[in-house]
Amino acid sequence: MKYALQKVLTFILTLFLVSLLTFLAFNIIPGDPAQLILGTSASPEQLAVLHRQLGLDEPLPTRYLRWLTGFFSGNLGTSIQYSVSVRSLIAGRLPVTLVLAGMALLLIVVISIPVGVFCAKKKDTVVDKLLGTVTMINVSIPNFFLGILFIWLFGIILKCFTPGGYVDFTDDSKGFLTYLFFPALAVALPNIAVAVKFIRTSFIGQMKLDYVRTAYSKGNSDNAVLYRHVLKNALVPVVTLFGMILSEIFSGSIIIEQVFGIPGVGRLLINSILSRDFPLVESLVVYIACVVVIANLLVDILFQVIDPRIRIRSGQSS
Amino acid sequence: MKSKLNFDSRLGICFIGIILVLTVISFFYTPYNIYSMNIAERFISPGGGHLLGTDNFGRDVFSRLMCGAKFTLLVAGSTVCIGTFFGVILGLCSGYFGGIADECIMRLIDALNSFPGILLALVMVTVLGKVKYSIIPALGILFIPSFTRIARSGTLQIKNSEFIGNARACGASPVRIMFVHILPNLYPSLLTAIVVGFSNATLAESSMSYLGLGIQPPTPSLGRMLFEAQAYLFNAPWVALAPGITIMVIVLGFNYLGDGIRAGYHLN
Amino acid sequence: MKKFILRFIASALIGTLLLLATGCQSSKKEVSSSGTTSTSEARKEGGSLVFGLETETDHLDPYKAATADTRSVLFNIFEGLVKPDKDGNLIPAVAAKLPDVSSDGLTYTFKIRSGIKFHNGNAVTAGDIKYSLETAKADQIAGLSEVKSVDAEDPSTVKITLNIKDNDFLSYLTVAIIPKDYTQQDTHPIGTGPYKFESYTPQQSLILAKNTDYWQKGLPHLDKVTFKFESDTNALLLDLQGGGVQAASVDNATANQLKTGFTIEQANSNAVQQLDLNNAVKPFDNVKVRQAISYAVDPDEIIKTVNYGKGVRVGTPVIPGFKKYYNESLANAYKKDPAKAKQLLSEAGYPNGFSFTITVPSNYQVHVDTAQVIINELKAIGVTATIKQVDWATWLSQTYTNRQYESTVISVDGSNLSPESFLGRYVTTSKSNFLNYKSTDYDTLYQQAVNENDDAKRVQLFKQAQELVSKDAAAVYIQDIASLTALKTGYAGFTPYPLFVIDVSTIYKTK
Repeated sequence: MKYALQKVLTFILTLFLVSLLTFLAFNIIPGDPAQLILGTSASPEQLAVLHRQLGLDEPLPTRYLRWLTGFFSGNLGTSIQYSVSVRSLIAGRLPVTLVLAGMALLLIVVISIPVGVFCAKKKDTVVDKLLGTVTMINVSIPNFFLGILFIWLFGIILKCFTPGGYVDFTDDSKGFLTYLFFPALAVALPNIAVAVKFIRTSFIGQMKLDYVRTAYSKGNSDNAVLYRHVLKNALVPVVTLFGMILSEIFSGSIIIEQVFGIPGVGRLLINSILSRDFPLVESLVVYIACVVVIANLLVDILFQVIDPRIRIRSGQSS
Repeated sequence: MKSKLNFDSRLGICFIGIILVLTVISFFYTPYNIYSMNIAERFISPGGGHLLGTDNFGRDVFSRLMCGAKFTLLVAGSTVCIGTFFGVILGLCSGYFGGIADECIMRLIDALNSFPGILLALVMVTVLGKVKYSIIPALGILFIPSFTRIARSGTLQIKNSEFIGNARACGASPVRIMFVHILPNLYPSLLTAIVVGFSNATLAESSMSYLGLGIQPPTPSLGRMLFEAQAYLFNAPWVALAPGITIMVIVLGFNYLGDGIRAGYHLN
Repeated sequence: MKKFILRFIASALIGTLLLLATGCQSSKKEVSSSGTTSTSEARKEGGSLVFGLETETDHLDPYKAATADTRSVLFNIFEGLVKPDKDGNLIPAVAAKLPDVSSDGLTYTFKIRSGIKFHNGNAVTAGDIKYSLETAKADQIAGLSEVKSVDAEDPSTVKITLNIKDNDFLSYLTVAIIPKDYTQQDTHPIGTGPYKFESYTPQQSLILAKNTDYWQKGLPHLDKVTFKFESDTNALLLDLQGGGVQAASVDNATANQLKTGFTIEQANSNAVQQLDLNNAVKPFDNVKVRQAISYAVDPDEIIKTVNYGKGVRVGTPVIPGFKKYYNESLANAYKKDPAKAKQLLSEAGYPNGFSFTITVPSNYQVHVDTAQVIINELKAIGVTATIKQVDWATWLSQTYTNRQYESTVISVDGSNLSPESFLGRYVTTSKSNFLNYKSTDYDTLYQQAVNENDDAKRVQLFKQAQELVSKDAAAVYIQDIASLTALKTGYAGFTPYPLFVIDVSTIYKTK
């Protein structure tokens, strides 16, 4: 119970820290959203009117405090750029990004674990080298470049989907999922490469240990040793990796959302920063922090499930 | 076993060596001036007078590639150095001391992790004003969390090993234990992280070019060349492929080198 | 491992083409290899079109919408008492005919077009016009500040009274006419234009449907027009090639890759691209230095290198399309002459040159590319320039408003088709004088021109003012960049305007 309470407290602390950092950043960077709306032909009087209409005539600290108090009462304010409530903007986009990230994660798990184990088993053979090189090439292609290549190959040449033909889930759920498949693959590929390499290394490391020799000496088969004994131990560092991959997927999907024209959280975040839409940026950053923190919390829990020794140890040291 | 190790390392050194040699040569000589434009030679395909063709300004792609690799190595190298340095220190402290220190450090890392890089880059550009490479500290800070996590989880796994207990019993200070006893055991996973981090930094620099926050034109960097070449992907693919493949060679080289070195550790 | 939120693309280019524009006639048709000029083909009524935009529209309320891109789209929804036609002339829209103006120039009387209706089906009345103009004035829309009163003479007649005479007043009456007391313009705009608003989804699209009651018979042709918001140039190119988008404003690089299946329409962008030198900062406070830079930078080379020869060389702040006031003789005032430039630098005390920074908004690749050419040209006279890219919000705030810069490359336009909107910013005390240009001679001349009632003399004085700016080399005036629009084969009827607007009402399907 105490553990849970502590986690909740630190969770809130992290969110506050992120919002504070964002506020400080907005204090430093130049830019006036009203001027962005009005452009160069705006007169000072026009600017003043718009400032008042958008509530920008108040100093930033006041607006931050208002946003903060609003946040705790569930009111995220109104977007400056879109003049729509921030809540509805995010609510419309979060599911899209979550589906994209979920699909990508699924692809990573389904592909990287078998391939990684396979590579470890076939360590130093030609197949292993070949797969190793292929995964390395994957990881070295920039994300946006990969996205463009996908659109070009699968969209324009092979016509598997219509570039820019994104449909909302509510309009056509099948079309929605079909459209998201290739972006998800583009997000997943570099991460698959990292995961395969990591899993392979972890497995090879474990297979050198004494208990594996013992398991073999007991007459266990190759696969039995691999999946019954090694897998569990080898997955400890891999779980940490997946924690990182999760936030990686989110960052990767930002650029992929841009390239594929998917209206997700990532694209919204970039636009909101460039248009200096303060309430929207604050809310989005806190949402993303939520996802990252929860992901890391899950990793921590998984960590302890797989390797109970860690909990005992940290219990001792604290 | 021995020859395998040498093969990986050799291949890695070979790849990186090619890039390094080109980079060093670029200090003294490039086939063409990397800045001079000639629209009569716009989009010449590879071969002939220009080994890798020319770009939209008629600039020699190969010459720009030689110089571009230099700036890319500078940015990526510095970024990874900053990330590793701070990440390892934070991760070691967090993992070794645990408790409040761990909690504080990890919350900060979480906060940093979810902080939009674009915002950080804008802040850096504003704060550092005219400094030419304001992209380096921005990327460096963004790379700290991943190194911290790796160092922390590695420390957690081995800090209760017998030999650490022995060292503690002999009266070794925490600092000594962290850096002399624990750190060397983190090398294998850190090496992987550094190699991957290096390639990610290269790619991140090219992503920053979208916002004009990376290396400033007309100075070439591989990332920026790749970014600009996208606009001509269909009528001049070589302008994009050349920096793309060079980035790949660099990343592959570091990976092979990393594998080779790691294999060496396992042998010991 | 973690590129985290590093990987963001440059956001929507906050303004795709240039800032905003006015006035010009030139437009020519370029036919791609696929084919024929489609204007002669058979017209087919109905159908739909997806028009790609690199920027998002925001604030659909016509009095708040101020980004050039939003206004260019709202042109299809809203109309004023008058509206510009494709030649830049003002034609009656909500008004039945051009107004009767009193001899002192202070009262304008309009008759409302009979039968004209808003998209909600209500007829337009004098009360709506009174409400619209008064709301617009309260929102500080340009040109309406001297409106004394708007009176409804009868339900179909409106009288506008001014405090002082304004020769350009009619051009400000293009301001949108909206239904009285309707407050949802921001989320569901209602006007009198050829298309009515159907739906808007942030970051996705703005969908318009045909206004079947439109007053211009035969227009519009298409039933449905979708403005799709693209995240960047590459996404736009891929969508055009993939068939998801059938029309868009494009840059040269994109146009060159749409070889088959598209017609590329070329027109002027109606803004002057210039290398602005901060006249208050050393060494640009010295007129000789500015002249030296003007002699070193060759607009023709920039047009050839960056714009594939598509652009019009200019030598003044006035766009060449605004023929009445454009001083053509200045286009070649500074012929490329490195020797003379070097000599001027020596006289100014910089025989060995100097170095400075060119601040460029990173969302305009064309300006970044131009700056690269300028750097090469300045190298020839021993001057070292370096580029610093900033995002658009930073540029607006630091460079434009706070004037903290040494030099910048940008396209400058006028907010409407009047000489004041192009030349007013050079007055010493002007709020928009971001160049910090300072000349008492100019201030006097400008004031004289503004107060002049004789049209011919007025034109002459404004032309003289341009000569002064050119002589003082306030900035290096480069070109009016060509604006290109791609239209998929099977569509035709695109009409270029002397303003930055996208008129989809004239576009039709041919098959």
